[in-house]
Amino acid sequence: MTAPDGTLPTALEAAAAAESGDVAIRLESVSVRFRVPLEPIRSFKEYAIRRLRGQVDFKEVWALQDVSFEVRQGEVLGVIGRNGSGKSTLLKVIARVLRPTAGRVWVRGRVAPLLELGGGFHPELTGRENVFLNAALLGHSRREVTERFDRIVDFAELWEFIDAPLRTYSTGMVARLGFAVATAWEPEVLLIDEVLAVGDQAFQRKCQARLAEFRAAGTTILLVSHSPELIRQMCNRALWLDRGRVRTWGPAGEVAAGYAALG
Amino acid sequence: MAEAVYDSARRPPAFWEELTALWAYRDLVRQLVARDIKVRYKRSVLGVAWTMLNPLLMMGVLTLVFSHLFRFDLPHYPVYLLAGTMLWNFFAQTTTQTMQQLVWGGALLNRIYVPRTVFAVSALGSGLVNLGLGLVPLGLIMAATGAPFTPALAFLPAAILLAAAFTLGLGLLLSSLAVIFPDIIEMYQVILTAWYFLTPVLYPARILPEPYAAWLKLNPMHHLLAAFRGPIHGGVVPSAESLAASAALAAGTLLFGWLVFTARADKIVYRL
Repeated sequence: MTAPDGTLPTALEAAAAAESGDVAIRLESVSVRFRVPLEPIRSFKEYAIRRLRGQVDFKEVWALQDVSFEVRQGEVLGVIGRNGSGKSTLLKVIARVLRPTAGRVWVRGRVAPLLELGGGFHPELTGRENVFLNAALLGHSRREVTERFDRIVDFAELWEFIDAPLRTYSTGMVARLGFAVATAWEPEVLLIDEVLAVGDQAFQRKCQARLAEFRAAGTTILLVSHSPELIRQMCNRALWLDRGRVRTWGPAGEVAAGYAALG
Repeated sequence: MAEAVYDSARRPPAFWEELTALWAYRDLVRQLVARDIKVRYKRSVLGVAWTMLNPLLMMGVLTLVFSHLFRFDLPHYPVYLLAGTMLWNFFAQTTTQTMQQLVWGGALLNRIYVPRTVFAVSALGSGLVNLGLGLVPLGLIMAATGAPFTPALAFLPAAILLAAAFTLGLGLLLSSLAVIFPDIIEMYQVILTAWYFLTPVLYPARILPEPYAAWLKLNPMHHLLAAFRGPIHGGVVPSAESLAASAALAAGTLLFGWLVFTARADKIVYRL
């Protein structure tokens, strides 16, 4: 096997390729660096002046360093760690929001992020119009949305208000609509940032049921959480991130126990 | 659905990758344009009528000022003025919107993957819809003032295409800067005002005295404006020479803007 750019595959790549039949996500030595100006410069005038004086200094922050792991299709991987350990950055490199500074990210299939997407809604538009806008932001075509529209509104239980402007909705209603849109299509890879406490108890049970459906259908899930308890319940394997580095990676129970003991 | 594989180590060139991504997200562009237009009309009681009335009222005021206070001795001056104002507003509003939309979209770009050019292209789409709607009152004014409709009007779509390409290119260049320095948006407003008075929008180009008339050739908006206004006012299609210059300028700006923006697109998220 020769790579398209003419280089010979490394032993690691060749071994990985042989197994990649059911690999859904693979990260190889992924690092992400943020360059943070020591003093925030938010205006062009300021920047021009400082640049002339040679005063633009950056501090380098490594949000992820040399992170490698693999997730097989259908697995549920828990990502655990303290605030600022790089959990959200990890989801972002997998979701293509950030490009890794170094290393390689490989993902097969459609990636759906399940996060609170308030920013994608417009208060003046109706619920119906917002469903189309939000789904388009997630990369769905108009036809796909038309096909699933009834299913989305059924799930959100919002038929009564679907033609009212979104500004008349309660926070819970907006969150329900967001969840319904985000989970209307079965993705190959689902990224979940923190537990989604959406709506009342009954609605939360519906959300859990839908996630279980996805799992049963073979969706690969990445679940980011602070809670070792949740990781133990939901995941097969877990990854413990500590200041941007992988501390442990293994069976969910062991990693969660280690984190609970030390984290 | 074909199974897509994302491999951060094997990516096509940025300008090409962005182009294919934009095509895949074309429905999002349509949704964003629809959103802009709906939101605009939902906020105003007069709705679509306002887009028609707004240029008419503004033109009424300007015509009053310019045909009585400053006399330019130009036949069908209201048509000249309205056509020029429409294209200028399209250019000024779209380039500004391009920057603002990207700053608006920042919160989203930080959380989900969306092709970064989507916001610029949808700002252009909204601008084009408004320009198209503006052609209706323009036609009414032409009929009312007895300005002739000539076959040269068939050139109008090409003139709009040139202006659109230049506007998108400049919008992308400015956006590349605006994500780093939001004050670019304000500075640009000052530049726009100066640029507006240096461009023959309100006045005919020939009133400019000699040293300035030569400089006018270097003003891209002068050429694009002439290409748009010629067919409407006076039934003139631009000369081959002027057309070649405008086309090269528009295509060059678009290409340059696209290359710069897409090359920097990955860094945008780090800045938001």
